[in-house]
Amino acid sequence: MRYNERELLSLARQPAEKAAEIRMSVPKKGSVLKKRLVKLVVNFLFYFRTDEAEPIGALLLEHCKITKEEENVFSISFIEEPERKYCFQCATEEQCQEWVEALKRASYEFLRRSLIFYRNEIQKMTGKDPLEQYGISEEARFQLGAHRL
Amino acid sequence: MKLNERSVAHYATCNSPADHAGFLRKQVERHHVHHHGTSYQRHWFVLKGNLLFYFEERESREPVGLVVLEGCTVELCEATEEFAFAIRFDDAGARAYVLVADGQAAMEAWVKALSRASFDYMRLVVRELEKQLEEACKSLAACHKAPWRSSSSSSSGRKRHLSNPALQPPQEKPTTLENGYSTWSSGGCVTGGATCTDHDMGQTKPPPLPPRRRLAASSATGSPAPDLSSAMLESPVSPETICFSKLHNWYGQEIAVLRREWQESQKKGHP
Repeated sequence: MRYNERELLSLARQPAEKAAEIRMSVPKKGSVLKKRLVKLVVNFLFYFRTDEAEPIGALLLEHCKITKEEENVFSISFIEEPERKYCFQCATEEQCQEWVEALKRASYEFLRRSLIFYRNEIQKMTGKDPLEQYGISEEARFQLGAHRL
Repeated sequence: MKLNERSVAHYATCNSPADHAGFLRKQVERHHVHHHGTSYQRHWFVLKGNLLFYFEERESREPVGLVVLEGCTVELCEATEEFAFAIRFDDAGARAYVLVADGQAAMEAWVKALSRASFDYMRLVVRELEKQLEEACKSLAACHKAPWRSSSSSSSGRKRHLSNPALQPPQEKPTTLENGYSTWSSGGCVTGGATCTDHDMGQTKPPPLPPRRRLAASSATGSPAPDLSSAMLESPVSPETICFSKLHNWYGQEIAVLRREWQESQKKGHP
């Protein structure tokens, strides 16, 4: 699958939601934990060798599961391949919890659900659709449809 | 750079609804020195969130390509083709994606959908609604601070009034406001809202509050702004303005004292 790698690399250079040096392993046979600079930008998680400017890789954080594993450790797996886990070993349990919380909220789909929730709440409280003033109430992406996940 | 392509492709083709979809012709770049002019290839495009996928055919199992829509603008372009528009990236020297729709309406729909596709845009709208909800809760709380009237008609939440303990034990149902005890109601919008949501949306609970984001550009390192206590994860209102559990505990202490006093007075009165 082709993708605009250049633009993705540019995204990796943007200010991050969160960034830290964390030991990480990929779901490959014989993979060991290696220290990486892990950077969360919008719904992508980039990981770099600590002394390099360009990321080794990127993970799109949609339809993924963030699991707290043993102490200081969490993992990311994807819905269609739940056994393949990217593991992250943090320095402290606190750091681990912070990352788990941040990653759970990092997807575009999560943001969309939040928006629909707020829109609904405001409408109930005020009787007005808050998106009307922006002229976007009819946009497909903001609809609370029964078919939406 | 590696990408979790299998998962990305799965996201593209799974049955979560797309934000927009349709046929478009995509300009193919010819850089070969003997090839001039432009040609177009027709693909089936699917927009999900901030990702624009394109497929060989509508029924294709896997996307041929992906355009990540961050840091770009969408504009109409004066190409030789009618109904053409371009996705241009801010990054200097980056290529533009020139796309051609089937007609005026299709072009306008795509331009609209694509220009609102970025994560940043979505985040902006969510922040704005977050603020509006806080303000709505605040003004609801403010009007509840007035003395309770029988005609008051707030549909969300319950009002609890602390009665004079000497007359009767504290009760849940509202009674006449006395002795300057202010009403406890600002938590009402939270609980009421949450309950209504559970019922109306048919989900088990509303999504947790997104973390409070900094208004300025984020710094490259460091953890996000003050973390939310787990109690606030269910609340649509940020803890800096109205904290339901804090209010509840505070009034709860007062009730505990009143209850004790009442119980003691009962003991004295009924040996």
